[in-house]
Amino acid sequence: MSTTSAAASAPQPTQRPLWRRLLGFNLLTAVILGVGGYYLGWWIGHLINGPSFEYESASDENDVALLLGYVFGVIGFLIGLGFANYPISRLLGRPASLREKEGGGIGRYFGLCTDHKVVGIQYLVGIGVFFFVGGVNAMLIRAELLHPVPTLVGPNQYLSLVGMHGTMMMGMMTSGILGPFANYFVPLMIGARRMAFPRIEALTFWLLMAAGFILVSTIFFGGFPTGWTGYEPLNDEAVMGMDSYIVFFALVGLSMAMLGLNMMATIITMRAPGLTWSRLPIFVWSVFATAVLMVLAAPMLIATLSMAALDRTIDTSFFITGGGGSSYLFENLFWFFGHPEVYILALPGFGIVLELIPVFTRKPLWGYRLAVSGMLGVSLLSFFVWQHHLFVSGINADLRPFYMLSTEIISVPTGFIFLCVMGTLWKSRMSFSVPMLFCLAWVFNFLIGGLSGVVLSDVPTDTGLHGSFFVMAHFHYTIMGGLIFSFFAGIYYWVPKMLGVRFNEMLSKAHFWLMFIAFNSTFLPLFVLGIDGMPRRVSTYEPSLQGLNVWVSISAFVLGFSMLIFIYNVVYSLIFVRKPAEANPWHSKSLEWQVPTPVPVNNFEQIPVIDHDPYDYGTPVALGGGQPATAGA
Amino acid sequence: MSSEPSAAPSGLAPEPNHTVRFATLWVVVTLIALPLVIWVIGPLIGPGSASDQSSSVGTDFTVLAVIATPVATMVVMFLLYSIVFFRQPKGGALEGPAVRGNARVQTTWIIVTSLLVLAVAVFGTVRLEAGDGAGSGSGPSPLTVPKGPKLPVQVIAQQWLFTYRYPTYGGVETTELVLPDNEEVEFHVTSLDVIHSFWAYKLGVKADANPGVDNVAFVKPEKLENFTVRCAELCGIWHGFMSNAGRVVTPTAFETWIHAEQKRLAPATKVLPKYSTTYLPEPTRRGE
Repeated sequence: MSTTSAAASAPQPTQRPLWRRLLGFNLLTAVILGVGGYYLGWWIGHLINGPSFEYESASDENDVALLLGYVFGVIGFLIGLGFANYPISRLLGRPASLREKEGGGIGRYFGLCTDHKVVGIQYLVGIGVFFFVGGVNAMLIRAELLHPVPTLVGPNQYLSLVGMHGTMMMGMMTSGILGPFANYFVPLMIGARRMAFPRIEALTFWLLMAAGFILVSTIFFGGFPTGWTGYEPLNDEAVMGMDSYIVFFALVGLSMAMLGLNMMATIITMRAPGLTWSRLPIFVWSVFATAVLMVLAAPMLIATLSMAALDRTIDTSFFITGGGGSSYLFENLFWFFGHPEVYILALPGFGIVLELIPVFTRKPLWGYRLAVSGMLGVSLLSFFVWQHHLFVSGINADLRPFYMLSTEIISVPTGFIFLCVMGTLWKSRMSFSVPMLFCLAWVFNFLIGGLSGVVLSDVPTDTGLHGSFFVMAHFHYTIMGGLIFSFFAGIYYWVPKMLGVRFNEMLSKAHFWLMFIAFNSTFLPLFVLGIDGMPRRVSTYEPSLQGLNVWVSISAFVLGFSMLIFIYNVVYSLIFVRKPAEANPWHSKSLEWQVPTPVPVNNFEQIPVIDHDPYDYGTPVALGGGQPATAGA
Repeated sequence: MSSEPSAAPSGLAPEPNHTVRFATLWVVVTLIALPLVIWVIGPLIGPGSASDQSSSVGTDFTVLAVIATPVATMVVMFLLYSIVFFRQPKGGALEGPAVRGNARVQTTWIIVTSLLVLAVAVFGTVRLEAGDGAGSGSGPSPLTVPKGPKLPVQVIAQQWLFTYRYPTYGGVETTELVLPDNEEVEFHVTSLDVIHSFWAYKLGVKADANPGVDNVAFVKPEKLENFTVRCAELCGIWHGFMSNAGRVVTPTAFETWIHAEQKRLAPATKVLPKYSTTYLPEPTRRGE
């Protein structure tokens, strides 16, 4: 991490011995208090749920103890980081500092820091680590699928791998772009000095990290067999590892809701003078649309998982058919969150692509208003489609034409995004820098993801494809091909500003080409496997499908290898070579590139006054049917 | 190398009419792709023609693929065309034209995509009501029911096997699914524990098995074939192994088989619970 220059310019903290500096509110204390809290909760759980519940003690499983352990552990972790200091000081009437660790040395990356730039980098590294863990799971899954019968891992471990991979990716990557890039760049793009709620900003990050460790800890409690959807009543039957899933996702939901609220508040209230809504960078619009989804959808997830936890611990029957509940209820509630969730993943990708393409084509963004309405339209419609996940479940079968229509209508606003991309590319002056390559790959990937979605939205064809590898290939095209490709576009585009260091061009291009080719070679054959009737989440399949599965597995390993190139590139360029980046290497006209590198603690000496949007590229044209360049949108 | 406004590329060779060139390219590629989709890829898609349902899945898939083809070729060709023709010259710092939109193109796009989407939705709805989706789980009382006599077969899913009851044959419960050829079958899918999904891939049937729910699906087998039944909803550790064999036989062979099964399984049928569309499971908690 690039901290040397920042540390040099900041006032040096008084040099105290190392052991003294390690005391205080930081990650070390947090881990100690977190572990202590966990054992406290565990102990209390056994106290209140001991001999009185015979079957619990007989089965050597105590969900109450584990859930309390996690909750107390997280609380201890947050106290250790110093999140309790401010409210306690205020309660006691003492003066409390609003700022935490701004402008400090490397230590600020390991604790509660209210500088949005530090939080952005924390997010980037933290999410990167868990993305890597999820990716390793995927490699193990593909290694197992080399053979049509289980060879490498048992069926229980296999399901745990599938569940961990899915849950890690779907949970952690919800903040994959909003966490690092929106936290870092939204204040810079809207001419603000900070986020609206800097402590909440830090809290969202540390909650997410606690959640990640809790999900990984599931391996100590037997894993969980439900995949990322956690369907009841299998959820209720599952061993204690299921509680890790529940706490993980609830914490992710909490983090997501607060992150969204923070983004909305910041974008609404903290824009620089003159930065009207029609001059807002399109990335900020995408963050706004995503934030609305996060705030509205995440509470549903938290509520659903609380019900599941109550079913598991005190034997309520929200989802238990024999007890008066319904397995449909969980499916409904989960997908009411779950479908907006996939747009939470996809929308920031739209924003990054539309934000970057004007820079690399030297043209203004074509159809600004169309792009904004596309994003808001997707955001709104995503709440009306959830039952397309339940087309064959038998619920509300007569309503299926409605969900078919609403699902297909979503492709209209999504089509706006494609039109805006195409309009911007038309007669442009494209240069193929690495971020641009990722954006172009996004267009191709998301096209395939979107078109395969149309087939799934149709009830008769979905009958053949539901629950098959076709679905799996479809959402990997939209999420990996959409989100992850734009995530890497963002990394190659913005990290030179964040860390002040350039990437090695050759390694970056090697990473792109290998990733793009291996990605398509991995997931295109999965459509075929799905059409041939291979179900998801199985470690046994028809021997006749082995050839294609081996092909997919090898491609997946190459895809994994391309990530290793990226990691090598990061280590090589950002830690060893450290070629300083220019302040504005892409000649962007956006506000975040006009500040010096490294970005000063307060971002702007003077809050800028904005009089046009950031897409002021290109030479005016006299003819050609276009609107005049000054239209502003 | 700042981005000073560069001279417009008027000094170069006159710009070709990109619109016409791209439109031609798109039409040509689409005309090449469509026959491939219809006659080469289409027949490969789908579970075959073992039943009315599996054939309709294949047909509907091909229709949707035909609608999607011009969209796919347009975007892909547009990408390739732009990459080839709209590049920055080597080492150049040229600016593109400052065009910020085109009301006519945008309006046309909105209208065309909306119509396309409506067409897909209307197509799907019409085909669904016409009975194409009858193989999907349609709840306890489906809106569209195929005409004529139907053979009711109950599919009971539990961890981790499927069994089948034939209520019109004394409620006999078998471990093998045998269906008569060319007769409409009415599946009643239910579960005794967690959610499963009854998937007879070759027959084009898929219906979730929910505890306490009677999920109905229809199919008319049209070929004497063996097929595999799999579980398509994650249901616990042996989910991947939850499959068994089924076959379609002639109606006379079916009668012979079911009567033999009735006789063979008579002692078991006697102790089975009375046939019912659902069996309310005891809440299974861990450790019990």
